[in-house]
Amino acid sequence: MTLYILCLVLFCIGLYGVLRKRNLIKIIVGLGIIEYAMNLFFVLLGYRFHGRAPIAAQDQNILNMVDPLPQALVLTSIVIGLGVTALVISIAIRIYEKYGTFDITKIKRLRG
Amino acid sequence: MNTATIIPFFVIIPLGAAFLISLLGRLIRRFSDIMILFSSALLFGLSIYARVLLSQASGKILVYKIGGWVPPFGICMVLDGLSAFMLVTVNVVAFFITLYSLSYMEKYTDKPKFFTLFSLMVCGMNGIIVTGDLFNLFVFLEIASISSYALVAFGTEAEELEASFKYAIMGSVASSFIFLGIAFLYGFTSTLNMADIARVLSIKPNAWIVSFVSVLFLMGFGLKAALVPFHAWLPDAHPSAPASISAMLSGILIKTLGVYALVRIFFNIIGATHNYLSILMFLGAFSMLVGVILALSQWDLKRLLAYHSISQIGYVVLGIGLGTPLGIFAGLYHLFNHSIFKSLLFLNSGAVDYAAETRDLKETGGLAKVMPVTGWTSLIASMSIAGIPPFNGFFSKLIIIIACVQKGCLGYALCAVIGSILTLASFMKVQKFVFFGQLKPGFQNIKEVPLTMKLSMICLAAICVIGGLMLLPSLKFFLDDAVSVVIQGTHYAASVLGVALNQ
Amino acid sequence: MRDNPKAGMTLIVKTVTRLTVGLILIFGIYIILHGHLSPGGGFAGGVIVGLAFVHLMLAFGKDVAAAKISKNLASNLESIGALMFLSVALLGFFGGSFFLNILAKGTPFKLFSAGTIPLSNICIGIKVGVGLFAIFLALVVLEKSKEQE
Repeated sequence: MTLYILCLVLFCIGLYGVLRKRNLIKIIVGLGIIEYAMNLFFVLLGYRFHGRAPIAAQDQNILNMVDPLPQALVLTSIVIGLGVTALVISIAIRIYEKYGTFDITKIKRLRG
Repeated sequence: MNTATIIPFFVIIPLGAAFLISLLGRLIRRFSDIMILFSSALLFGLSIYARVLLSQASGKILVYKIGGWVPPFGICMVLDGLSAFMLVTVNVVAFFITLYSLSYMEKYTDKPKFFTLFSLMVCGMNGIIVTGDLFNLFVFLEIASISSYALVAFGTEAEELEASFKYAIMGSVASSFIFLGIAFLYGFTSTLNMADIARVLSIKPNAWIVSFVSVLFLMGFGLKAALVPFHAWLPDAHPSAPASISAMLSGILIKTLGVYALVRIFFNIIGATHNYLSILMFLGAFSMLVGVILALSQWDLKRLLAYHSISQIGYVVLGIGLGTPLGIFAGLYHLFNHSIFKSLLFLNSGAVDYAAETRDLKETGGLAKVMPVTGWTSLIASMSIAGIPPFNGFFSKLIIIIACVQKGCLGYALCAVIGSILTLASFMKVQKFVFFGQLKPGFQNIKEVPLTMKLSMICLAAICVIGGLMLLPSLKFFLDDAVSVVIQGTHYAASVLGVALNQ
Repeated sequence: MRDNPKAGMTLIVKTVTRLTVGLILIFGIYIILHGHLSPGGGFAGGVIVGLAFVHLMLAFGKDVAAAKISKNLASNLESIGALMFLSVALLGFFGGSFFLNILAKGTPFKLFSAGTIPLSNICIGIKVGVGLFAIFLALVVLEKSKEQE
């Protein structure tokens, strides 16, 4: 139970980073922390007591396994996070070329 | 082969087209144009064919099991009334926008890359509508969202990049809220199939965790749908994108990713109780008023249209939040109408931008004399959105107001009427400043836009004019099937699992 | 590999890279091929293969890595990987439904078993690996254009 609470605390730390930091790169790092916290939480949901890794080996008789479904889904989610991070980083580099700063209080040409 | 096998093709065709265009678009001249037009037309025909097939199916539902695996072990694709309705909306509008983009994107570089991302976005949206599995919905949601982040930044001007960054960060945080909701729901029900979750939730006593998950989904999908506390990305993202992408985003993306997913989850899986519906109605009415009041002070054409999108989505969510059959009918009808006339309005603004190189209302004037097609279609679309008879917007707004009064929520009906009046005022301003009045001296020589752009605008305007005919009894089945799927609520589980296990 | 003293990192890094980059590539291919027997599969193996090329680019500079896989080749390979994956899924239609596993399943725990799963793993591995390298190439191009101003 404490593990789940700690995952949600990590999520809140990432959310603080996205909301309160002024540097574009720190916002991207906060987004990354949010995604890692999500994936960790989902994998931890699959834990069963006295379970072992869900891999079938040739000559062992396995009684208890942890749930393999969240592990497969988190693999997909990690790649989605990779794609978003790559896109957002390249946008941030281009913003630095156009605006000359990484500070979000100065990147404010759209208003109203 | 039974008739359900056409369902996966809604995902296969745009996906194949996207990667073929990415591979061969630079080698063969004009290959990207032909391929995207071919795949859009194929999807257009296939969606109408699917709607016809559904009328002939027993039980009005078609289920396709991927790989032959029986749900809940496998992923299934479901085509019922609501899915068929959304498929027709998305593919019809996407076809006309593709036709428009063939000429409009000549002004930007790198057309093959644009059409690759465009086709991936259509694949993602079709996947969301068709899927019957919750995590599959999340994956297709991310495909469509990431393609739209990249498309908003397509022109790589300074403002487009800033808008795209804001949109990407906010959209990713919303997606992580949705993922958190899916994780909690999986932990509670230990299954991911939508029909199976509905079945398990109706058996287990509803703990606090279902309310927590509902709030998470409301926050996540509410941001994708641009409901009011979560609307801040829309007025920056929609104007900065190229005009055809603004039309796609405002016309179908926020409805598929936001409103359709909300309806599917709240009505069919979790089961709509009185509390959730009243929250939806409040958010809808709030969006209506905030959107239209903020739109009154805008002088940039596309930013004004973006604020009106927020307002009209408020109408749709208000209609759906009423919960009565008439209310849901009105909400879905307004969803279809708004796709048509909002995309037409954005395409018109793109035409004005293409010809006159400006989007500012103070600089344009009297363009109807030199651009007659754009002027007339814009007039038709403005009258539709303001709710003037006999265009389609009038009927859907009227039915929303009647449904509010019928349920006894007179305050919300008054909000809807006020919103409608302010929308009319706003669009009278647009028409006066852009199309009527004196022709400014710099604009004497501009010509009307090319043929494919004119053709798509005329076709969308024609659908605006005849849209009211959907209330005729012979055509009403199109909306009635969708409404019955939403009303039957968690019985969706029994019908899907029944068809899937018997085939 | 050529050794341009001005590009890339120091001599120690370059020597170690020459020794290890082939091993990383083979390890990545091993993880892709054994995806149905042990943890890993297409995504994880593809990332390791991509990292082999990125390692080369970090140690030797952009030109040596771009000579191995140029930007156009990377883009084409990525699309071919995706199209191959889609065609493996469409092969299922011959058996009855989309994504059906139609090849011979074989005996469990052997390398040549489990039908179309290893083929899907190989296609995804190609796409993810080359895609990751293409992302890094694109980011380096942006930095190059900034340095030339």
